[in-house]
Amino acid sequence: MDGLAHQFIAGIATGGIYASVALALVMIYQATHHVNFAQGEMATFSTFIALTLIQAGLPYWVAFVLTVVVSFALGVAIERVLMRPVQHAPVLTHVGVFIGLLLIVGNLTGWVFGYTTKVFPSPFESEGLLFGGLVSGHELGSTVVTLAVLLLVYLFFRHTTLGLAMRAAAYNPASSRLVGIRVGWMLALGWGLAAAVGAVAGMMVAPVVFLDPTMMLGILLYAFAGALLGGIDNPMGAVVGGFAVGVLENLAGAYVVGTELKLTVALAIIIGVLVVRPSGLFGRVVLSRV
Amino acid sequence: MAALLEAEGLTAGYGQTAVLHGLDFAVEERGVTALLGANGAGKTTTLRAVCGMIRTGGAVRLAGERIDGRATEEIARRGVAHVPDGRGTFMELTVEENMRLGAYTRPNRAEVDADFERVFGYFPRLRQRFRQQAGTLSGGEQQMLAISRALLLRPRLLLLDEPSFGLAPLVVQEIFAIMRRIREEQGVGILLVEQNASLALDFADQAYLLETGRIVVSGPAADIRRDESVRRSYLGY
Repeated sequence: MDGLAHQFIAGIATGGIYASVALALVMIYQATHHVNFAQGEMATFSTFIALTLIQAGLPYWVAFVLTVVVSFALGVAIERVLMRPVQHAPVLTHVGVFIGLLLIVGNLTGWVFGYTTKVFPSPFESEGLLFGGLVSGHELGSTVVTLAVLLLVYLFFRHTTLGLAMRAAAYNPASSRLVGIRVGWMLALGWGLAAAVGAVAGMMVAPVVFLDPTMMLGILLYAFAGALLGGIDNPMGAVVGGFAVGVLENLAGAYVVGTELKLTVALAIIIGVLVVRPSGLFGRVVLSRV
Repeated sequence: MAALLEAEGLTAGYGQTAVLHGLDFAVEERGVTALLGANGAGKTTTLRAVCGMIRTGGAVRLAGERIDGRATEEIARRGVAHVPDGRGTFMELTVEENMRLGAYTRPNRAEVDADFERVFGYFPRLRQRFRQQAGTLSGGEQQMLAISRALLLRPRLLLLDEPSFGLAPLVVQEIFAIMRRIREEQGVGILLVEQNASLALDFADQAYLLETGRIVVSGPAADIRRDESVRRSYLGY
């Protein structure tokens, strides 16, 4: 029984990571209707920046904040420099650019920081388990950080004018321009936010899976499964989907298919959702009367 | 004194197809100018050209300043509010959010809240629908919301694209009655595109008649209204 409970809680902890990356995917998807394949690679790059800062002697949380800020700036820069010239191009161009970005960022990470697997520190006490062996310090801490990030993003989009403008720009760019919203910049901000959220996810997962240039590959798949499960056009759905995939993956890995086949669970979810319910569990239904 | 809006030799089109072939027209400060014409004459295109939604040639001046070639959002920030063809409602957002977006460029929250009240004075129904998803509003209510969103920009110039489109006659009357009040109280110039020529000529001081992208008749709205031949050949009533 304790084993099951622990697997469940561990699933929530990794699910939080998937939820963050899923949210990053959905943020860009909502604005552009494309999935950023390079989201995971960008997060890995950010995590290496954090490691470099920590190794340079900065306190963990200073490095954390700096990494988030730098990742945000890099996200904005990628949109301005790489995506903007192709904004009116057909879908295939975007797919090409995303794959190019994936390869470039991935290889750049290896080239700059090395291909060897590295240990990434956790800011949360990792010795022993809390609550009678149910949860490790890092699981608890990373879940709290993840939830805090998700809450912040939610509050930003719901309750600030800039967040409202970003949503408006994603839904209806033409009308947004008519009320004076600089739509291009909203898109860039979206990329920045997605990169920042991805960076947090990377830093939270790295102590568990260890850091190397391909760290996020599998995680991106789970996150994509989560986003699809919840509905790729629904941020809340993506978050719920991310948590659900985390728990499912952990339970299936422990009791059904074994750890070696865990990734298959993600693929099975992706295919299952696409076949049974392509809009996902919470796919947005827009009421409209004409 | 320069007119509020002046277009000189305005051309525009979609892709290779030219739609406007050099229009000259003006909207006076606090004045109402109507653009009339049949389907496909280029009325909507003219409004889109004025606020930079399509590529244009010629000159467009807002209070003497060139605005042609600028981005739509920059033209909006200079005080041009466009109630577009199809109303441009943010369907997924609430009425409140739609209105907040109208005031997006204005930093002073207190002033905006005062303007919310003013807009509710014109359209009390929006107050009742305040928290509702805008996509669930009726056509008339969406038109009211679109006009409100435009007013909340505190525009100098209001571009209205067929405010009567698809609405019941009573609703149209209501909306035009309120637009008269808006015109008197808000000191805004209006460029109105309308299929319903009789309605538009009652409301406007100046009118231009478009035919396949050219102005064929222009003058004071009252004169055009009285001119039998123009009425028969172009306005069909």
